[in-house]
Amino acid sequence: MTKVIVQGKASGLVLKTNNPINFLGAVDKQTGIIQDKKYDIFEKSIKDSILVFPHGVGSSVGAYTIYSLMVNGVAPVAMVCQKADLTVASGCALANIPMVIVSFDDFNSIQNGKEIEIDTNSSNILN
Amino acid sequence: MELTKEEEQALNGEMGETLQTSYRILLATGEATNAEKLIPIKWAHLSGVNYNTIGDSGEEFLRNLSKDARVKVKSTVNPMGFDFDHISEFSHIDDEFIEKQKSIRDSYIRMGVEPTFSCTPYDIFDLPEKNTQVSFAESNAAIFANSLGGIKTNKESAFSALASAITGKSPYSDLRKDGSDIQMTIRMKLENPNELDFGLLGFFAGKVGDTSVNISGVSQPNRRSCKSLCGGMGTSGTCAKFQFVDEESDGSEKVDFGKEEMQKIHDELNTSDKGDLITLGSPQLGLEEISDLSNMLKGKSFQKRCMIFCSRAVQNQARNLDYTKEIERAGGEILSDCCTCLTPLIDTNEVDSVITNSVKGAYYLKNSTGVDVNLKPLSKIIQEETN
Repeated sequence: MTKVIVQGKASGLVLKTNNPINFLGAVDKQTGIIQDKKYDIFEKSIKDSILVFPHGVGSSVGAYTIYSLMVNGVAPVAMVCQKADLTVASGCALANIPMVIVSFDDFNSIQNGKEIEIDTNSSNILN
Repeated sequence: MELTKEEEQALNGEMGETLQTSYRILLATGEATNAEKLIPIKWAHLSGVNYNTIGDSGEEFLRNLSKDARVKVKSTVNPMGFDFDHISEFSHIDDEFIEKQKSIRDSYIRMGVEPTFSCTPYDIFDLPEKNTQVSFAESNAAIFANSLGGIKTNKESAFSALASAITGKSPYSDLRKDGSDIQMTIRMKLENPNELDFGLLGFFAGKVGDTSVNISGVSQPNRRSCKSLCGGMGTSGTCAKFQFVDEESDGSEKVDFGKEEMQKIHDELNTSDKGDLITLGSPQLGLEEISDLSNMLKGKSFQKRCMIFCSRAVQNQARNLDYTKEIERAGGEILSDCCTCLTPLIDTNEVDSVITNSVKGAYYLKNSTGVDVNLKPLSKIIQEETN
Protein backbone atom coordinates (compact mmCIF):
# COMPACT_ATOMS: atom_id res chain seq x y z
CA MET A 1 0.00 0.00 0.00
CA THR A 2 1.53 3.28 -1.10
CA LYS A 3 0.72 6.33 0.97
CA VAL A 4 0.85 9.84 -0.48
CA ILE A 5 2.49 12.44 1.75
CA VAL A 6 3.00 15.20 -0.82
CA GLN A 7 1.09 15.11 -4.10
CA GLY A 8 2.59 15.47 -7.56
CA LYS A 9 3.95 13.80 -10.65
CA ALA A 10 7.56 13.13 -11.58
CA SER A 11 9.82 10.77 -13.45
CA GLY A 12 13.52 10.11 -13.17
CA LEU A 13 16.27 7.65 -12.36
CA VAL A 14 16.20 5.97 -8.96
CA LEU A 15 19.01 6.82 -6.55
CA LYS A 16 18.61 4.35 -3.73
CA THR A 17 20.33 4.14 -0.35
CA ASN A 18 19.76 1.91 2.62
CA ASN A 19 21.04 4.61 4.99
CA PRO A 20 18.56 6.92 6.75
CA ILE A 21 19.46 10.46 5.65
CA ASN A 22 20.32 13.38 7.93
CA PHE A 23 19.80 16.19 5.41
CA LEU A 24 21.55 18.74 7.62
CA GLY A 25 25.17 17.75 7.26
CA ALA A 26 25.00 14.80 4.88
CA VAL A 27 23.91 16.73 1.77
CA ASP A 28 25.66 19.76 0.23
CA LYS A 29 22.77 22.15 -0.34
CA GLN A 30 24.60 24.04 -3.12
CA THR A 31 25.34 20.97 -5.26
CA GLY A 32 23.03 18.20 -4.06
CA ILE A 33 26.03 15.91 -3.54
CA ILE A 34 26.17 13.51 -0.57
CA GLN A 35 29.19 14.65 1.44
CA ASP A 36 29.20 12.21 4.36
CA LYS A 37 31.55 9.23 3.85
CA LYS A 38 29.35 6.97 5.98
CA TYR A 39 26.64 6.84 3.28
CA ASP A 40 26.59 4.17 0.58
CA ILE A 41 25.75 6.94 -1.92
CA PHE A 42 28.73 9.12 -0.86
CA GLU A 43 29.74 11.59 -3.62
CA LYS A 44 26.60 10.85 -5.64
CA SER A 45 24.31 13.73 -6.64
CA ILE A 46 20.65 13.58 -5.64
CA LYS A 47 19.78 16.25 -8.24
CA ASP A 48 16.82 15.29 -10.47
CA SER A 49 16.77 11.77 -9.02
CA ILE A 50 13.91 9.84 -7.49
CA LEU A 51 15.56 9.55 -4.10
CA VAL A 52 14.69 6.27 -2.39
CA PHE A 53 15.79 5.95 1.26
CA PRO A 54 14.42 4.40 4.48
CA HIS A 55 13.60 7.69 6.30
CA GLY A 56 15.10 10.94 7.52
CA VAL A 57 17.01 11.29 10.82
CA GLY A 58 18.66 13.99 12.89
CA SER A 59 18.21 17.72 12.98
CA SER A 60 14.79 19.30 12.54
CA VAL A 61 16.55 21.96 10.44
CA GLY A 62 17.05 19.34 7.71
CA ALA A 63 13.67 20.56 6.38
CA TYR A 64 15.38 23.85 5.44
CA THR A 65 18.08 21.87 3.61
CA ILE A 66 15.42 20.20 1.44
CA TYR A 67 13.89 23.60 0.69
CA SER A 68 17.36 25.01 -0.17
CA LEU A 69 18.03 22.12 -2.55
CA MET A 70 14.87 23.10 -4.44
CA VAL A 71 15.73 26.82 -4.52
CA ASN A 72 19.25 25.97 -5.73
CA GLY A 73 17.89 23.72 -8.48
CA VAL A 74 19.57 20.57 -7.18
CA ALA A 75 16.69 18.76 -5.45
CA PRO A 76 15.44 15.27 -6.23
CA VAL A 77 12.27 15.26 -8.40
CA ALA A 78 10.54 12.96 -5.91
CA MET A 79 11.25 11.05 -2.69
CA VAL A 80 10.21 7.54 -1.75
CA CYS A 81 10.58 6.38 1.87
CA GLN A 82 9.74 3.34 3.90
CA LYS A 83 8.81 5.30 7.00
CA ALA A 84 7.69 8.91 7.20
CA ASP A 85 9.35 11.48 9.39
CA LEU A 86 8.32 15.07 9.95
CA THR A 87 11.53 16.64 8.68
CA VAL A 88 11.35 15.06 5.22
CA ALA A 89 7.56 15.34 4.97
CA SER A 90 7.50 19.06 5.83
CA GLY A 91 10.57 19.86 3.70
CA CYS A 92 8.98 18.19 0.68
CA ALA A 93 5.64 19.91 1.37
CA LEU A 94 7.20 23.36 1.32
CA ALA A 95 9.46 22.60 -1.64
CA ASN A 96 6.62 20.92 -3.60
CA ILE A 97 8.55 17.70 -4.04
CA PRO A 98 6.20 14.70 -4.44
CA MET A 99 6.74 12.22 -1.62
CA VAL A 100 5.30 8.78 -0.96
CA ILE A 101 5.69 6.01 1.61
CA VAL A 102 5.89 2.45 0.31
CA SER A 103 5.70 -0.97 1.96
CA PHE A 104 8.79 -2.91 3.02
CA ASP A 105 8.44 -5.26 0.03
CA ASP A 106 7.95 -2.45 -2.48
CA PHE A 107 10.92 -0.61 -1.01
CA ASN A 108 13.10 -3.69 -1.47
CA SER A 109 11.94 -4.24 -5.03
CA ILE A 110 12.83 -0.74 -6.26
CA GLN A 111 16.07 -1.02 -8.22
CA ASN A 112 18.82 1.57 -8.13
CA GLY A 113 19.42 3.28 -11.48
CA LYS A 114 16.07 2.29 -12.98
CA GLU A 115 13.80 4.91 -14.56
CA ILE A 116 10.46 5.15 -12.74
CA GLU A 117 7.45 7.42 -12.75
CA ILE A 118 5.44 8.68 -9.79
CA ASP A 119 1.92 10.03 -10.17
CA THR A 120 0.03 10.47 -6.91
CA ASN A 121 -3.27 10.93 -8.74
CA SER A 122 -3.01 7.68 -10.69
CA SER A 123 -4.26 4.31 -9.42
CA ASN A 124 -0.74 2.96 -9.91
CA ILE A 125 1.28 5.54 -8.05
CA LEU A 126 4.64 3.97 -8.88
CA ASN A 127 5.44 2.77 -12.40
CA MET B 1 -6.50 13.24 7.82
CA GLU B 2 -9.89 14.93 8.22
CA LEU B 3 -9.88 18.70 7.96
CA THR B 4 -12.64 21.05 9.09
CA LYS B 5 -14.33 23.22 6.49
CA GLU B 6 -12.29 26.20 7.59
CA GLU B 7 -9.04 24.24 7.40
CA GLU B 8 -9.96 23.05 3.88
CA GLN B 9 -10.55 26.63 2.81
CA ALA B 10 -7.19 27.70 4.18
CA LEU B 11 -5.52 24.78 2.38
CA ASN B 12 -7.15 25.86 -0.87
CA GLY B 13 -5.69 29.31 -0.52
CA GLU B 14 -8.88 31.16 0.35
CA MET B 15 -7.22 32.76 3.39
CA GLY B 16 -3.97 33.76 1.72
CA GLU B 17 -0.67 32.22 0.82
CA THR B 18 0.85 32.06 4.32
CA LEU B 19 -1.97 29.98 5.75
CA GLN B 20 -2.10 27.85 2.61
CA THR B 21 1.60 27.03 2.97
CA SER B 22 1.16 26.35 6.68
CA TYR B 23 -1.74 23.96 6.15
CA ARG B 24 0.09 22.21 3.29
CA ILE B 25 2.91 21.47 5.75
CA LEU B 26 0.49 20.29 8.46
CA LEU B 27 -1.34 18.07 5.96
CA ALA B 28 1.93 16.40 4.93
CA THR B 29 3.11 15.87 8.51
CA GLY B 30 -0.38 14.71 9.49
CA GLU B 31 -0.43 12.14 6.68
CA ALA B 32 3.13 11.12 7.54
CA THR B 33 2.11 10.26 11.10
CA ASN B 34 -1.38 8.88 10.34
CA ALA B 35 -3.12 11.67 12.23
CA GLU B 36 -6.90 11.78 12.10
CA LYS B 37 -7.23 15.51 12.76
CA LEU B 38 -5.53 18.72 13.81
CA ILE B 39 -5.69 19.82 17.45
CA PRO B 40 -4.88 23.14 19.16
CA ILE B 41 -1.44 23.65 20.69
CA LYS B 42 -0.38 26.17 23.34
CA TRP B 43 3.28 26.79 22.56
CA ALA B 44 5.58 26.39 19.56
CA HIS B 45 9.37 26.28 19.79
CA LEU B 46 11.03 26.94 16.44
CA SER B 47 14.33 25.80 14.97
CA GLY B 48 16.00 27.24 11.87
CA VAL B 49 17.50 30.45 13.25
CA ASN B 50 21.22 30.03 12.66
CA TYR B 51 22.37 31.40 9.27
CA ASN B 52 24.96 28.61 9.24
CA THR B 53 22.19 26.02 8.98
CA ILE B 54 19.42 27.64 6.92
CA GLY B 55 21.57 29.61 4.49
CA ASP B 56 20.51 32.19 1.92
CA SER B 57 17.32 30.43 0.83
CA GLY B 58 16.19 30.12 4.46
CA GLU B 59 16.94 33.78 5.14
CA GLU B 60 14.96 34.82 2.06
CA PHE B 61 12.06 32.49 2.87
CA LEU B 62 11.72 33.96 6.39
CA ARG B 63 12.08 37.53 5.12
CA ASN B 64 9.19 36.98 2.69
CA LEU B 65 7.08 35.01 5.15
CA SER B 66 7.42 37.62 7.88
CA LYS B 67 5.84 40.31 5.68
CA ASP B 68 2.44 39.01 6.71
CA ALA B 69 2.84 35.89 8.89
CA ARG B 70 2.15 36.35 12.60
CA VAL B 71 2.33 33.66 15.25
CA LYS B 72 -0.96 32.71 16.84
CA VAL B 73 0.37 31.06 20.03
CA LYS B 74 3.30 31.63 22.37
CA SER B 75 6.38 30.98 20.25
CA THR B 76 10.04 30.76 21.24
CA VAL B 77 13.12 30.24 19.06
CA ASN B 78 16.38 28.30 18.95
CA PRO B 79 19.87 29.83 19.19
CA MET B 80 21.31 31.79 16.29
CA GLY B 81 24.92 31.76 15.14
CA PHE B 82 26.51 34.17 17.60
CA ASP B 83 26.04 36.66 20.44
CA PHE B 84 25.58 40.19 19.01
CA ASP B 85 27.11 41.67 22.21
CA HIS B 86 30.41 39.89 21.53
CA ILE B 87 30.58 39.71 17.75
CA SER B 88 33.43 42.23 17.53
CA GLU B 89 35.66 39.74 19.37
CA PHE B 90 35.33 37.24 16.52
CA SER B 91 37.05 38.87 13.55
CA HIS B 92 36.85 35.77 11.32
CA ILE B 93 33.07 36.19 10.98
CA ASP B 94 32.41 38.29 7.90
CA ASP B 95 29.93 41.14 7.50
CA GLU B 96 27.69 39.13 5.18
CA PHE B 97 27.15 36.51 7.88
CA ILE B 98 26.33 39.22 10.41
CA GLU B 99 23.86 40.95 8.07
CA LYS B 100 22.09 37.71 7.13
CA GLN B 101 21.89 36.65 10.78
CA LYS B 102 20.42 40.04 11.66
CA SER B 103 17.80 39.63 8.94
CA ILE B 104 16.79 36.18 10.22
CA ARG B 105 16.57 37.47 13.81
CA ASP B 106 14.43 40.41 12.69
CA SER B 107 12.11 38.19 10.61
CA TYR B 108 11.31 36.04 13.64
CA ILE B 109 10.75 39.10 15.82
CA ARG B 110 8.46 40.59 13.15
CA MET B 111 6.37 37.41 13.22
CA GLY B 112 5.88 37.92 16.96
CA VAL B 113 8.09 35.23 18.48
CA GLU B 114 9.75 35.81 21.83
CA PRO B 115 13.44 36.45 21.12
CA THR B 116 14.73 33.71 23.46
CA PHE B 117 17.38 32.30 21.06
CA SER B 118 17.71 29.28 23.28
CA CYS B 119 17.61 25.50 22.88
CA THR B 120 16.47 25.18 26.50
CA PRO B 121 13.04 26.84 26.72
CA TYR B 122 12.35 24.60 29.74
CA ASP B 123 15.12 26.46 31.64
CA ILE B 124 13.55 29.85 30.91
CA PHE B 125 9.81 29.35 31.34
CA ASP B 126 7.65 27.34 33.73
CA LEU B 127 6.17 24.48 31.73
CA PRO B 128 2.39 24.51 31.24
CA GLU B 129 0.14 22.07 33.09
CA LYS B 130 0.48 18.34 32.47
CA ASN B 131 -0.67 16.92 29.11
CA THR B 132 -0.70 20.34 27.44
CA GLN B 133 -0.07 19.99 23.70
CA VAL B 134 2.95 21.94 22.42
CA SER B 135 5.02 21.81 19.24
CA PHE B 136 8.79 21.74 19.83
CA ALA B 137 11.20 21.49 16.91
CA GLU B 138 14.40 21.46 18.99
CA SER B 139 14.92 17.77 19.66
CA ASN B 140 16.42 18.03 23.16
CA ALA B 141 13.55 20.31 24.20
CA ALA B 142 10.93 17.97 22.72
CA ILE B 143 12.43 15.00 24.57
CA PHE B 144 12.66 17.00 27.83
CA ALA B 145 9.05 18.17 27.44
CA ASN B 146 7.69 14.66 26.83
CA SER B 147 9.88 12.75 29.27
CA LEU B 148 10.45 15.08 32.22
CA GLY B 149 7.96 17.91 31.71
CA GLY B 150 4.79 15.83 31.34
CA ILE B 151 3.64 17.82 28.29
CA LYS B 152 3.15 16.48 24.77
CA THR B 153 4.86 17.04 21.44
CA ASN B 154 6.10 15.01 18.51
CA LYS B 155 9.69 15.49 17.38
CA GLU B 156 8.69 18.37 15.14
CA SER B 157 10.64 19.70 12.18
CA ALA B 158 11.57 23.35 11.65
CA PHE B 159 8.65 23.79 9.23
CA SER B 160 6.04 21.78 11.12
CA ALA B 161 6.65 23.82 14.29
CA LEU B 162 6.56 27.04 12.26
CA ALA B 163 3.26 25.99 10.66
CA SER B 164 1.93 25.20 14.16
CA ALA B 165 3.04 28.61 15.45
CA ILE B 166 1.14 30.34 12.61
CA THR B 167 -2.04 28.22 12.77
CA GLY B 168 -2.01 27.27 16.47
CA LYS B 169 -2.51 23.61 15.49
CA SER B 170 -0.66 20.32 15.12
CA PRO B 171 -1.60 16.88 13.78
CA TYR B 172 -2.98 14.60 16.51
CA SER B 173 -0.67 11.59 16.25
CA ASP B 174 2.08 9.46 17.83
CA LEU B 175 3.33 10.94 21.12
CA ARG B 176 0.45 13.41 21.32
CA LYS B 177 -1.89 10.51 22.02
CA ASP B 178 -2.21 8.77 25.38
CA GLY B 179 -0.96 5.34 26.29
CA SER B 180 1.13 4.42 23.29
CA ASP B 181 3.03 1.20 24.08
CA ILE B 182 6.75 1.51 24.56
CA GLN B 183 8.40 -1.38 22.74
CA MET B 184 11.90 -1.29 24.16
CA THR B 185 13.64 -1.10 27.53
CA ILE B 186 17.28 -0.04 27.70
CA ARG B 187 19.03 -1.39 30.77
CA MET B 188 21.58 1.10 32.08
CA LYS B 189 24.46 -1.05 33.35
CA LEU B 190 27.04 1.66 34.13
CA GLU B 191 27.65 2.37 37.80
CA ASN B 192 27.78 5.94 39.14
CA PRO B 193 27.25 7.45 35.72
CA ASN B 194 28.32 11.07 35.11
CA GLU B 195 26.66 13.48 32.69
CA LEU B 196 28.77 12.24 29.78
CA ASP B 197 27.67 8.64 30.40
CA PHE B 198 24.06 9.87 30.27
CA GLY B 199 24.73 11.67 27.00
CA LEU B 200 26.21 8.48 25.52
CA LEU B 201 23.24 6.49 26.85
CA GLY B 202 20.94 8.95 25.08
CA PHE B 203 22.85 8.69 21.82
CA PHE B 204 22.67 4.88 22.05
CA ALA B 205 18.95 4.95 22.88
CA GLY B 206 18.26 7.25 19.94
CA LYS B 207 20.01 4.81 17.62
CA VAL B 208 18.24 1.65 18.75
CA GLY B 209 14.86 3.05 19.82
CA ASP B 210 11.87 4.00 17.72
CA THR B 211 9.66 6.89 18.93
CA SER B 212 9.98 6.14 22.66
CA VAL B 213 12.03 3.95 25.01
CA ASN B 214 12.00 2.82 28.63
CA ILE B 215 15.24 3.19 30.57
CA SER B 216 15.86 1.00 33.62
CA GLY B 217 18.68 0.96 36.19
CA VAL B 218 18.77 4.71 36.67
CA SER B 219 18.02 6.53 39.90
CA GLN B 220 17.32 10.24 40.06
CA PRO B 221 19.92 11.76 37.74
CA ASN B 222 20.63 15.47 38.29
CA ARG B 223 19.51 18.11 35.83
CA ARG B 224 22.85 18.27 34.03
CA SER B 225 22.67 14.52 33.37
CA CYS B 226 19.03 14.71 32.30
CA LYS B 227 19.77 17.46 29.80
CA SER B 228 22.75 15.53 28.49
CA LEU B 229 20.54 12.45 28.01
CA CYS B 230 17.95 14.50 26.10
CA GLY B 231 20.64 16.11 23.93
CA GLY B 232 22.31 12.81 23.04
CA MET B 233 19.03 11.08 22.27
CA GLY B 234 17.79 13.83 19.98
CA THR B 235 20.98 13.80 17.93
CA SER B 236 21.11 10.21 16.77
CA GLY B 237 17.62 9.16 15.78
CA THR B 238 13.87 9.64 15.78
CA CYS B 239 13.21 8.84 19.46
CA ALA B 240 11.41 11.69 21.27
CA LYS B 241 10.48 10.26 24.64
CA PHE B 242 11.95 8.16 27.44
CA GLN B 243 10.55 6.93 30.68
CA PHE B 244 12.56 5.75 33.69
CA VAL B 245 11.21 2.38 34.86
CA ASP B 246 12.06 -0.43 37.27
CA GLU B 247 13.58 -3.29 35.35
CA GLU B 248 11.48 -6.19 34.08
CA SER B 249 8.30 -4.30 34.82
CA ASP B 250 6.89 -4.97 31.38
CA GLY B 251 7.15 -7.30 28.41
CA SER B 252 9.14 -5.05 26.08
CA GLU B 253 12.36 -5.94 24.28
CA LYS B 254 15.47 -5.54 26.50
CA VAL B 255 18.75 -4.02 25.34
CA ASP B 256 21.78 -3.58 27.61
CA PHE B 257 23.87 -0.41 27.72
CA GLY B 258 27.09 -1.44 29.43
CA LYS B 259 30.80 -0.59 29.23
CA GLU B 260 31.20 -2.11 25.78
CA GLU B 261 28.26 -0.22 24.23
CA MET B 262 29.38 2.99 25.94
CA GLN B 263 32.95 2.62 24.69
CA LYS B 264 31.83 2.05 21.11
CA ILE B 265 29.90 5.31 20.97
CA HIS B 266 32.62 7.17 22.87
CA ASP B 267 35.17 6.00 20.27
CA GLU B 268 32.87 7.13 17.47
CA LEU B 269 32.57 10.67 18.86
CA ASN B 270 35.90 11.18 20.65
CA THR B 271 38.51 11.69 17.93
CA SER B 272 41.31 13.41 19.85
CA ASP B 273 42.99 13.12 23.25
CA LYS B 274 43.47 16.86 23.56
CA GLY B 275 41.90 20.08 22.33
CA ASP B 276 42.70 23.73 21.53
CA LEU B 277 39.57 25.20 23.03
CA ILE B 278 36.79 24.21 25.46
CA THR B 279 33.04 24.62 24.90
CA LEU B 280 30.41 24.04 27.59
CA GLY B 281 26.72 24.13 26.82
CA SER B 282 24.89 22.04 24.32
CA PRO B 283 22.14 22.17 25.41
CA GLN B 284 22.79 25.68 26.81
CA LEU B 285 23.56 25.67 30.55
CA GLY B 286 20.83 26.40 33.08
CA LEU B 287 21.15 28.49 36.24
CA GLU B 288 21.92 25.47 38.42
CA GLU B 289 24.68 24.36 36.06
CA ILE B 290 26.19 27.86 36.00
CA SER B 291 26.10 27.91 39.80
CA ASP B 292 27.83 24.49 39.97
CA LEU B 293 30.44 25.63 37.48
CA SER B 294 31.12 28.74 39.49
CA ASN B 295 31.74 26.58 42.60
CA MET B 296 33.94 24.12 40.73
CA LEU B 297 36.13 26.95 39.41
CA LYS B 298 36.95 28.49 42.82
CA GLY B 299 40.65 29.32 42.85
CA LYS B 300 41.22 27.82 39.41
CA SER B 301 41.88 29.28 35.95
CA PHE B 302 41.34 27.85 32.50
CA GLN B 303 44.56 27.18 30.62
CA LYS B 304 42.87 27.67 27.29
CA ARG B 305 39.96 29.55 25.84
CA CYS B 306 36.62 28.34 27.24
CA MET B 307 33.28 29.33 25.70
CA ILE B 308 30.28 28.87 28.00
CA PHE B 309 26.85 28.96 26.36
CA CYS B 310 23.63 29.79 28.21
CA SER B 311 20.43 31.59 27.29
CA ARG B 312 20.21 35.37 27.72
CA ALA B 313 17.60 34.89 30.47
CA VAL B 314 19.87 32.54 32.43
CA GLN B 315 22.88 34.81 31.95
CA ASN B 316 20.93 37.78 33.37
CA GLN B 317 19.84 35.74 36.40
CA ALA B 318 23.38 34.44 36.90
CA ARG B 319 24.77 38.00 36.80
CA ASN B 320 22.27 39.16 39.38
CA LEU B 321 23.27 36.29 41.64
CA ASP B 322 27.00 36.91 41.03
CA TYR B 323 27.58 33.38 39.70
CA THR B 324 29.31 34.81 36.64
CA LYS B 325 32.10 36.55 38.62
CA GLU B 326 34.08 33.41 39.48
CA ILE B 327 33.61 31.99 35.97
CA GLU B 328 34.86 35.14 34.26
CA ARG B 329 37.73 35.48 36.71
CA ALA B 330 38.75 31.94 35.74
CA GLY B 331 38.81 33.03 32.09
CA GLY B 332 35.46 31.63 30.97
CA GLU B 333 33.64 33.59 28.24
CA ILE B 334 29.88 33.59 28.80
CA LEU B 335 27.97 33.78 25.52
CA SER B 336 24.22 33.91 24.94
CA ASP B 337 21.78 33.53 22.01
CA CYS B 338 24.03 30.83 20.50
CA CYS B 339 25.40 27.40 21.39
CA THR B 340 28.17 24.89 20.62
CA CYS B 341 26.18 23.31 17.80
CA LEU B 342 26.90 24.81 14.40
CA THR B 343 28.23 28.07 15.76
CA PRO B 344 30.57 29.96 13.42
CA LEU B 345 32.42 31.25 16.52
CA ILE B 346 34.90 28.38 16.29
CA ASP B 347 37.50 29.50 13.74
CA THR B 348 38.57 26.30 11.99
CA ASN B 349 41.70 28.02 10.66
CA GLU B 350 42.88 28.35 14.25
CA VAL B 351 41.29 25.38 15.98
CA ASP B 352 41.85 21.72 15.13
CA SER B 353 40.08 20.12 18.06
CA VAL B 354 37.57 21.09 20.73
CA ILE B 355 37.13 19.81 24.28
CA THR B 356 33.53 19.34 25.44
CA ASN B 357 31.38 17.20 27.74
CA SER B 358 28.43 17.32 25.32
CA VAL B 359 27.61 14.32 23.15
CA LYS B 360 25.31 16.43 21.01
CA GLY B 361 28.01 19.09 20.70
CA ALA B 362 30.61 16.45 19.79
CA TYR B 363 28.47 15.09 16.96
CA TYR B 364 27.95 18.49 15.31
CA LEU B 365 31.50 19.71 15.99
CA LYS B 366 32.82 16.69 14.15
CA ASN B 367 30.25 16.38 11.37
CA SER B 368 29.31 20.00 10.66
CA THR B 369 32.03 22.29 12.04
CA GLY B 370 34.65 19.79 10.93
CA VAL B 371 36.96 19.70 13.95
CA ASP B 372 38.19 16.82 16.10
CA VAL B 373 36.65 16.37 19.53
CA ASN B 374 38.05 15.52 22.94
CA LEU B 375 35.00 14.31 24.81
CA LYS B 376 35.22 14.09 28.60
CA PRO B 377 33.05 14.82 31.66
CA LEU B 378 33.01 18.28 33.23
CA SER B 379 34.88 17.10 36.35
CA LYS B 380 37.73 15.91 34.15
CA ILE B 381 37.69 19.10 32.06
CA ILE B 382 38.12 21.15 35.25
CA GLN B 383 40.82 18.79 36.54
CA GLU B 384 42.87 18.64 33.33
CA GLU B 385 42.29 22.04 31.72
CA THR B 386 42.62 24.44 34.67
CA ASN B 387 45.40 25.27 37.08
